[in-house]
Amino acid sequence: MKQQLFEQQHQDTWDQIEQCLDKPGNVQNSVLFTEHYMLLCQHLALSKQRLYDTALIDRLNKLVMRLYRELYRYRNDSRLNFYSFFVRGFPLSIYRHRNFIAVALLVFLLPGLIAGGWVFFDENAVYSIIDGPSVRQIEQMYDPGASKLGREREAETDIAMFGFYIQNNISIAFRCFAGGLLAGLGTLLVLFYNGLYIGSIAGHLTRLDYIDTFYPFVVGHSAFELTAIVFSGAAGLKLGYSILNPGPFSRRNALRRAGQEAIPMLYGIILMLVIAAFMEAFWSSNASLAISVKYTVGATCWLLVLLYSLSGKRFESR
Amino acid sequence: MLDTSYRVEIPGGIELEAQVVGPVPRFLAFSIDFIIRGIFLFIASLVSIPFGQLGIGFWLILLFLVEWFYPVLFEVFRNGQTPGKKALGISVVQDDLTPVSFGTSLVRNLLRSADFLPFFYLFGLITMVSNSRFQRLGDLAAGTLVISVRESSKPATIDNITALAPSTSLLKIEQTAMVDFLHRSQQLSHPRQQELASILDGVTHGKNDDGVDQLHRIGAWFLGVK
Repeated sequence: MKQQLFEQQHQDTWDQIEQCLDKPGNVQNSVLFTEHYMLLCQHLALSKQRLYDTALIDRLNKLVMRLYRELYRYRNDSRLNFYSFFVRGFPLSIYRHRNFIAVALLVFLLPGLIAGGWVFFDENAVYSIIDGPSVRQIEQMYDPGASKLGREREAETDIAMFGFYIQNNISIAFRCFAGGLLAGLGTLLVLFYNGLYIGSIAGHLTRLDYIDTFYPFVVGHSAFELTAIVFSGAAGLKLGYSILNPGPFSRRNALRRAGQEAIPMLYGIILMLVIAAFMEAFWSSNASLAISVKYTVGATCWLLVLLYSLSGKRFESR
Repeated sequence: MLDTSYRVEIPGGIELEAQVVGPVPRFLAFSIDFIIRGIFLFIASLVSIPFGQLGIGFWLILLFLVEWFYPVLFEVFRNGQTPGKKALGISVVQDDLTPVSFGTSLVRNLLRSADFLPFFYLFGLITMVSNSRFQRLGDLAAGTLVISVRESSKPATIDNITALAPSTSLLKIEQTAMVDFLHRSQQLSHPRQQELASILDGVTHGKNDDGVDQLHRIGAWFLGVK
């Protein structure tokens, strides 16, 4: 069949389908939709086989692609089930990342403990890790002698700090994850540096005996924040590992798989960091609460986070 | 061969073809988005300054959302197109050419900061030009592509052409080339058409304009014009 005849025969159908696609929200007549799709696939196959010219094949190809994209669109509402994600999806994902979590934890915790110990016993050590002005600023923030503890704030300041924690802390976690693409090195660096920094601050403030101002402040939100940083490190390390050791897959596919498996981790990390920012801004900074209350709540948070993180194993099918 | 065609076999039993998009249009799209984001944040800061600390808090949250989620939201809810991508006629899709899901788009865009290293998307650029699908690091991990969705130009109208049977028999692929030549004649300059036609003067037996004209008529004959 000559091309022109073929075009004349089907022109009306193609125009009709194009109009149908241009109007949004036409998914309800889905029976017609799949019929159109099958028909156009056939037309495209015929045009290719008969070597019709590029313009026609282009047009049909575009049309089939649009139908195809409509047909196989990912329906967000049916998949995004928060409850099943919270109870099952996230813990299972944590379980599956367990080896990477162990490594991330080690790289984060070890420098922290060593730096903390060193700073605690050597009064000048802190200055070889953190610069002087920053140290003084941190000292002022937690100085028990300062009448306001530096933290008794207006509600408006709380919201400003909430914004700051969201912007700053979650961005750090995202970068920690992204660093995994550099064969894991970026992630290791972020974990190592943050461990070092947090450890030496804790060591320094403990040495100055600012215990009653520092620890009650951090104990609550750190349960979510530090855990989330370690999780994002684990997800990043998994990306890096998939590049270094792709196993039975090509590097491209191994990285892709790791990327897909990271998705539930990312959702969970974002959730945890929003909770952490919320607590840090509105709970941890509240100086009117008794220290014992803060310790109790903090310990409860840590316990819950740990139990939750360890609850995924039973969902793993064997 | 340099070829931007990307083919994927779909459940309809056929191969779909898309054109992947290289660094230049993507950079331009990014620049447009960057300016839009900048203007938006600037206006937001003007609005939030009178609210003092409260305003700063909201502005920082806004900054966070715009920095990380601006591309995600547009890609998921606007057919893979941020405003900049829309302006350039390009779109983000999964590597089976289906629309991106939220999770995939999230991975792709969070990994932007790795592509950005060591400065101004150098790693992203290097990765992009070293694989045939122009994927940056984030695209590789998410399994996404950027393809062109621009409407192709309409073929030239072929009224008032009388068909002419060729003097020799031609292969099917040669016939298609002639139809293509006819349909694209409006996109080619006149001298270029003559140049192309002169290659075939063994078939057309005509020089210059006569050769072009004969090729058009042979093309029309293969197309089925009576």
